Amino acid sequence: MLFWTTLKVALRSLLANKLRSILSMLGIIIGVGAVIAMLAVGAGAQKQVLDHVTALGSNLIMVMPGQPRSGGVRGGSYQTLTVEDAQAILAEVPEVEKASPVARGNGQFKYYNKNKESSIMGVTLTYLGIRNFSIEQGRNFTVSEVEQRVKVAVLGADTAEELFGEDDPIGEQIKIAGVTFKVVGVLKAKGTQGPFSFDDQALVPYTTAMDRILGTDYLSEIDLEIAEDSDQEAVQAAIEDVLRKRHAIRAGQDDDFHVRNMAEMVETATSVTRTFSLLLGSVAAISLVVGGIGIMNIMLVTVTERTREIGIRKAIGAKDRDILVQFLLESILMSALGGVVGVGAGVSVAQVSSLVSGFTAVVEPVSVALALSFAVCVGVFFGFYPARRAAALDPIEALSYE
Amino acid sequence: MTAEHTPAALPEADFVIRAQELVKTFRLGETIVRALDGVSFAVGRGEKVAITGPSGSGKSTLMNILGCLGPPDEGEYVLAGEPVSKLSGNRLAEIRNKYIGFVFQTFNLLPRLSAVENVELPLLYGGVADAPQRAQEALETVGLGDRMRHEPSQLSGGQRQRVAIARAIVTDPAILLADEPTGNLDQSTGQEIMALFDDLHAQGRTVIMVTHDQEVAGRCERQIHILDGRIANGAEDARGD
Repeated sequence: MLFWTTLKVALRSLLANKLRSILSMLGIIIGVGAVIAMLAVGAGAQKQVLDHVTALGSNLIMVMPGQPRSGGVRGGSYQTLTVEDAQAILAEVPEVEKASPVARGNGQFKYYNKNKESSIMGVTLTYLGIRNFSIEQGRNFTVSEVEQRVKVAVLGADTAEELFGEDDPIGEQIKIAGVTFKVVGVLKAKGTQGPFSFDDQALVPYTTAMDRILGTDYLSEIDLEIAEDSDQEAVQAAIEDVLRKRHAIRAGQDDDFHVRNMAEMVETATSVTRTFSLLLGSVAAISLVVGGIGIMNIMLVTVTERTREIGIRKAIGAKDRDILVQFLLESILMSALGGVVGVGAGVSVAQVSSLVSGFTAVVEPVSVALALSFAVCVGVFFGFYPARRAAALDPIEALSYE
Repeated sequence: MTAEHTPAALPEADFVIRAQELVKTFRLGETIVRALDGVSFAVGRGEKVAITGPSGSGKSTLMNILGCLGPPDEGEYVLAGEPVSKLSGNRLAEIRNKYIGFVFQTFNLLPRLSAVENVELPLLYGGVADAPQRAQEALETVGLGDRMRHEPSQLSGGQRQRVAIARAIVTDPAILLADEPTGNLDQSTGQEIMALFDDLHAQGRTVIMVTHDQEVAGRCERQIHILDGRIANGAEDARGD
């Protein structure tokens, strides 16, 4: 009963000074809005990484050439991985079910007057399975095509779309880095975005890529698929053993390659986005605190202005606690209202940034609850001192205040 | 001394106020001012008493102590049977809520609350259940049953003072303590308010008027005249004994 009247009074006094209340709430609005937007962008980035990993398959292990270090300076890649390494791993580690050499390069793709720069992936036919690709149209290349270095290509969905548009690419001839290839298939789109999209590339037999385009005997990567329930750590160790033996690396010497599993990649990516969110979140938290100081300031002014009212209330029987609650409620109301408006602002900013940046910001209910409760806490914390000053006023002095 | 300012022999239970040797001092720079310098008197239930005196005489200080807005430095004050002179803070707030109805010269209504909400307020602080009902009845008693939803700014001075009186009587307090209740009103409105106090007195309420207006004081049964922090004339003047 008393509570509702108090709330009503608090609301009325905020409405009586609309401009002042809005200006005091601005800090909270900006702070909460920033928290919501930052967390949404962070969550969106994390989701994108996870989508990427899901698209790759979680039982993927990649072997990369190591990077030489001399005096702390990192140079280019070692040329250490060979096709024989890939075959040895497949033969000697039982948990490895599929292996594909990967010889990667970039080149100009041409089909009549259409032109684009794209990745050339020299792989074997098991690559599709390892990377969770499937054929949308046409076919994969065959064992004999790989053995005989035939110039056939399977295009990524976006690449095919860009070069051929509505036309049927199967059977057409295109030029990749000046060499004529026949398109035999198109991959189903994975829907990934950004500069490392899996939909913008061409798969060709690794033999063809190494001999006819890249002119190299070394691989840029070996992709492996391991059995579903196997122990990733143990398999990784077994792969390392095979390669150290083959590369004649003695105990204590650094590896000239490294082996990475998906769990590690997820961890790296999430820790980056977490650091990013934390940094931006703390900036937002600072602005919430600044907003709180703004509220404290205006509450101190309010208490001085309403000294006489406080005196009247005390004269008719308000206890210190009643006055405290009244002014505390007013500052909480202000910060909570600011919080609600801030959530709206933050969500709109997140949506606009999704539209502009092309990667989706995700507003999580948890972050809304977090930001709102933080705003209320700011109201309590910064409202307490002015409210206590109001409660501690002497009724005689307050009544005679002009 | 005490006997002189006490109404004719009454049983102990019928005293609403018993004040014994009240002292209140203030420090003004280097000097200590004795605003009240040993004031003793009593008020019986249902009396209408005026406390008069020029400004600076200490009558405001006396009103603050009688209204339980602050404790005296020395002396005993028993209000409606409860010794209150040693209480402070929240206990005094409870006593004010329960036993005292204030009527101020400047009305002192809360600006953003309607008449009925203003009158409800003491009941809400006292935790009384049927506040809206009782507030309505109090407003009807002062003749403002048709102005309940109006805010103070929409009411005339006399109407505001009636709302203030309704707020003072709504808790059914032991004393009505009015501080220059007609001071901000014109002659005829002041007469109406005085008539209202007469009615309330006739209904058996104890009324204490703090005033320097002789006409207001003259309508009381008894006058306690304060001069330099002491009682200068006794209750016997007004009572004629």
